[in-house]
Amino acid sequence: MSEITPDVIKSHGLTDDEYKLVLDIMGREPNLTELGIFSVMWSEHCSYKSSKKWLKTLPTKAPWVIQGPGENAGVIDIGHGQAAVFKMESHNHPSFIEPYQGAATGVGGIMRDVFTMGARPVANLNALRFGAPEHPKTRHLLSGVVEGIGGYGNCMGVPTVGGETNFHPSYNGNILVNAMTVGLADANNIFYSAAAGVGNPVVYVGSKTGRDGIHGATMASAEFDDASEEKRPTVQVGDPFTEKLLLEACLELMATDMIVAIQDMGAAGLTSSSFEMASKGGVGVELWLDKVPMREEGMTPYELMLSESQERMLMVLKPGCEDAAKAIFDKWELDFAVIGKLTDSKRMTLMWHGEVAGDLPIDPLAEASPEYDRPWEETPKQDRIDPASIEQKMPHSETLKTLMGSADLASRRWIWEQYDHMVMGDTIVRPGGDAAVVRVHDTHKGLAVTTDCTPRYVKADPVEGGKQAVAEAYRNLTAVGAKPLAITDNMNFGNPERPRIMGQFVGACKGIGEACIALDFPVVSGNVSLYNETNGEGILPTPAIGGVGLLANVGRMATISLKAKDAVLIMLGTSTGELGQSVYLKNIENREAGSPPPVDLDAEKRVGTLVRGLIESNLVRTCHDVSDGGLLVAIAEMCLAGNVGADVHLPEQGSEIAWLFGEDQARYVVATRDPDSVLNAAASANVNAVIVGHAGGTAITIEGEDPLELADLRKAHEGWMPNYMSATIN
Amino acid sequence: MKAAVIVFPGSNCDRDVQVALQKRMGTAPHMVWHRETDLPKTDLIVLPGGFSYGDYLRCGAMAANSPIMRAVVAAAKAGTPVLGICNGFQILIESGLLPGALMRNRDLKFICKDVTMRVETTDTIFTSHYNNGEVITIPVAHHDGNYFADNETVKRLEGDGRVVLRYSDAEGNITDDANINGSVNNIAGIVDEERRIFGLMPHPERVIEPLHRGTHGAYMFDSLLEALA
Repeated sequence: MSEITPDVIKSHGLTDDEYKLVLDIMGREPNLTELGIFSVMWSEHCSYKSSKKWLKTLPTKAPWVIQGPGENAGVIDIGHGQAAVFKMESHNHPSFIEPYQGAATGVGGIMRDVFTMGARPVANLNALRFGAPEHPKTRHLLSGVVEGIGGYGNCMGVPTVGGETNFHPSYNGNILVNAMTVGLADANNIFYSAAAGVGNPVVYVGSKTGRDGIHGATMASAEFDDASEEKRPTVQVGDPFTEKLLLEACLELMATDMIVAIQDMGAAGLTSSSFEMASKGGVGVELWLDKVPMREEGMTPYELMLSESQERMLMVLKPGCEDAAKAIFDKWELDFAVIGKLTDSKRMTLMWHGEVAGDLPIDPLAEASPEYDRPWEETPKQDRIDPASIEQKMPHSETLKTLMGSADLASRRWIWEQYDHMVMGDTIVRPGGDAAVVRVHDTHKGLAVTTDCTPRYVKADPVEGGKQAVAEAYRNLTAVGAKPLAITDNMNFGNPERPRIMGQFVGACKGIGEACIALDFPVVSGNVSLYNETNGEGILPTPAIGGVGLLANVGRMATISLKAKDAVLIMLGTSTGELGQSVYLKNIENREAGSPPPVDLDAEKRVGTLVRGLIESNLVRTCHDVSDGGLLVAIAEMCLAGNVGADVHLPEQGSEIAWLFGEDQARYVVATRDPDSVLNAAASANVNAVIVGHAGGTAITIEGEDPLELADLRKAHEGWMPNYMSATIN
Repeated sequence: MKAAVIVFPGSNCDRDVQVALQKRMGTAPHMVWHRETDLPKTDLIVLPGGFSYGDYLRCGAMAANSPIMRAVVAAAKAGTPVLGICNGFQILIESGLLPGALMRNRDLKFICKDVTMRVETTDTIFTSHYNNGEVITIPVAHHDGNYFADNETVKRLEGDGRVVLRYSDAEGNITDDANINGSVNNIAGIVDEERRIFGLMPHPERVIEPLHRGTHGAYMFDSLLEALA
């Protein structure tokens, strides 16, 4: 009797049509191991079958792009023969089920993606989204995720320097954990995954294979329901110590000339790594599964092919290098096993104690996987919020204090002080500013890094929201003085089989694409996480953007902290008073409504270029982009960072609320003691510039109101998260 | 003046301290792999920070039994100065070169931040370039820095002036609020009886140039250079 029953097919997540395709490709009924391989290779997570069509539309090229999407990570040229290698990846479903290990292995996975390419990781970031603070699970999830990220990154000795954290009820049953790693490599020593050389040995290194994480990729491609707790065994367990050894051993091996191709074993483990390497190289593989280092007794070919045990790599070596390579892994006390060889069959032949346990064609699985053009609906446009319709409810300073002490804007210090953000000795701008800056070791160059997305904007208008996420990353890099070079995108959405959700995805891709083109800011890597739904409720669409920029000289950069007590505060950019989807509306009027601020990409580029010029010419050392919360929040953040107060002017006409709290895009606040030069430079660049206040004192004083002491504001801003996490507030 | 930095599997501040030694002392240190059994000729041994052996079992416990540690203990007993930073401090304790224990931080969380501390004695080769009672700022990054010792031992440490650094507020007051990890008597670093072996939780190698937002760590290396050159 066949072991492949309709139930077995269904439990492997394959549709009837997909199973028909399996039969076509195989020319016979697959065995269970083969079916399992189809299942993970064609899971949404590995095949991108719903998203491929739209991802292909994203711009991926620029003169400085060495490697765009399709490899383990993207690679860009940063001059002097050096390259930055980076990517962001989600670990959402596992982190909800088991927050510590889910987040930890997310960090481990993304670091492996980067060092697989020959780069030493130099910075980690993470973009986190949790449910409403009052939801009973939020504290537990936040605490576990942060501890997991720290537990892994701290042990690896890679600084965690930045990121973002949002709270929203749409994530109550489906948090988002997106981890990004940036690494440094020699531009002429990048390692790729395409296997080559018939007869060359296929080598397994790292941890032994256990039964953990079997079918993790399939789990990550399904919606959640109340029974998801039962999926806990599909979450992998991380061992950062082994990964640290694996990192050092791989980099040591990479300094020699022994590697033909290398690929980490991430989602779908040995299956996806071996198929991808073979497919890219146009070769076949014979794997001797009984040679795989095993952690447990009695493991089957099915389990070996589908395990997602962490801290493992697959390599193709040059012939005859086995002993010299093994010596390096022996030094680091890691397993090293020759588990197969390349063939010219273009097939994957799985051997088990001398017998064939599976035999599959490679290309139809890896490259010819299904691709869907899912039906989609455009998101209906919302009306703009008319500033005149918003009435002032309290003094502006009180509003400011409320916003700065809200879950949306409160300090994230409680989080990043649990991350070692200084190890490696090159962190020049620590967390808490716009972009973090890490120096390129032994040079004066710096890499600026940031992650950004405003999900409530994307929900209200996916196209504008997609643009805004890219524009904000561009602004955050610009605000420290860095030239924005490229992005990685982590697309987190609900169930793509719903046209409304698919429409959000399509819209966001469109917006991201437009912004990337206009800002010369291509996508070089990314990851898609769909089915982020629980019991039919989708998350806010969250295309998290990780941006990387280059500073020519870390001695010439800006930070957000007000330094001079007599500096003039100038806003660069134009305010029309966009209150739709603002933090103000959400916190003061308790509603998420209206159209989000439109993004004028020409203006972004014009103002951004001006700001970088001002920093480059040393006219400006203090700069902050205006984003969530608007102008007054931006000024307040600058004051708190520098512990210097400010007087803030009100507009001569129009809504004061829209002026102070509107979230218009393409704006920055700079502080300078030479306002005339800044105003002149703005005028020549055709950028609107307004003096919005003056630094000084120990309080923020809004025209016509009582001063708000910085000490009081700081207490509200810094107090929220520690109080929340210690459960002294709800 | 030539130092030796011991590298264990899982050490991750070995390069940072290598850079600091090179920058402040002008000579690149030897980097010694833990499986070695002999030390090169050296004026100073440094046990760097990190997570030797993943901090599994107990922080520093397995590293204390690495082959090289026999040579380190012998050299230390023969008078070669030893500096143990963070995980290095934990290893010094686990190998019996310094007394006490380092327990999990009081609030059970990893802490990474700038910390103010008071210099309690300049009568060591590690701190001669500071002033007595001076408040310095050096970052910490640890999960297990909560120093503990029995009353007897603490009394001896205090009586002999072997408490070198103490967590304090910015004015130098030794308060419970300033005690970031719950250490007994706010202890951040101690020396052995001969004042040649120094273990501390803060990371001086992380603040050696203005771009680090502080240079208080540099003076520790300068003190050593003067004493050992």
